Amino acid sequence: MAEGIKKKLLYVNRKAPYGTIYALEGLEVVLVGAAFEQDVSVAFLDDGVFQLLDGQDTADIGVKNFSRAYKALGDFEVRKVYVERESLAERGLDSADLMQITYEDENDDGAEKPLVRLIDRRELAHIMSEQDVILSF
Amino acid sequence: MAYQVGDVVAEADEEGYLQDISLWSEELAQAIAKSENVELSPEHWEVINFLRSYYAEYQIAPAVRILLKEMKKSFGPEKGDQKYLYSLFPYGPAKQACKIAGLPKPTGCI
Amino acid sequence: MSTLHIVNKSPFERNALASCIGHLGNDDAVLLIEDAVVAARDGSTVAPLIREALTNGPVYVLAADLAARAIKREGVIAGMKLIDYRGFVELAAQHARTQSWL
Repeated sequence: MAEGIKKKLLYVNRKAPYGTIYALEGLEVVLVGAAFEQDVSVAFLDDGVFQLLDGQDTADIGVKNFSRAYKALGDFEVRKVYVERESLAERGLDSADLMQITYEDENDDGAEKPLVRLIDRRELAHIMSEQDVILSF
Repeated sequence: MAYQVGDVVAEADEEGYLQDISLWSEELAQAIAKSENVELSPEHWEVINFLRSYYAEYQIAPAVRILLKEMKKSFGPEKGDQKYLYSLFPYGPAKQACKIAGLPKPTGCI
Repeated sequence: MSTLHIVNKSPFERNALASCIGHLGNDDAVLLIEDAVVAARDGSTVAPLIREALTNGPVYVLAADLAARAIKREGVIAGMKLIDYRGFVELAAQHARTQSWL
């Protein structure tokens, strides 16, 4: 894509996985969209926080467990992943319930660093207000 | 369409991707490669094995950039190269190599 | 430049409207369409949420969806603005971005 038209793009994920197709579709769009080299952020709020919980096991519901693909977000050049603190708390969850997702920091000799950042609702509202485009799932 | 190896018949979609990726075997990879007019060399297997191990870990195919980086790291700079990968898989490392490696069809146009 | 937040689900069934109102930026507008228009009726348990949004910025409701659900104009929360489809398009054009709360 040509220089100068890089857009700030936020993917908003608000649904739990498996009950509907939203979570998987959202993930696939993020991964496919990575090829377009935009300024991407991915936010998980409301039931969307369930997408990142550690220990998902879909063996008995006959649906592919796509949760491990979130661990590849760093490989797809995604560097801004946000989880809303209030959404976790409302559901009786905290950061210890989330998968460990890391990325290789090329500016630091490939060191593995945590990719997910916990933010509060006010900060997420501010991030939303800075975007060129918001895509909701 | 379908591939057959011994007693195993593996159904594929109209583009040749396996319907049931759990049926994949090295012999089946040979059969898929044959129908793609690709003769598998040890160099092809380097790519196939990486794709399979990445898929086993993340349940998706790697970004091409990651494939290139990994090839470079494991097998040398001359192999971490798009042209090199296309010389092995003329229809592209994403589409054709994934097909032979028994991965689902990549969702993107990558 | 502000955001147009679009909600299309009933607040009695989902938290989309509540979540939307919890994430409003200064002067952001909210537009209720489809089943979300049931939130426009005054006197319901979600009316305080709409009033909260009105203290922040405008709240619009698509008149065609109100009419389809037999929600009368005179029963709508004071301060909300009824718009038609043309108004919907104009709102989308006037804002820097839209966000759909599915």
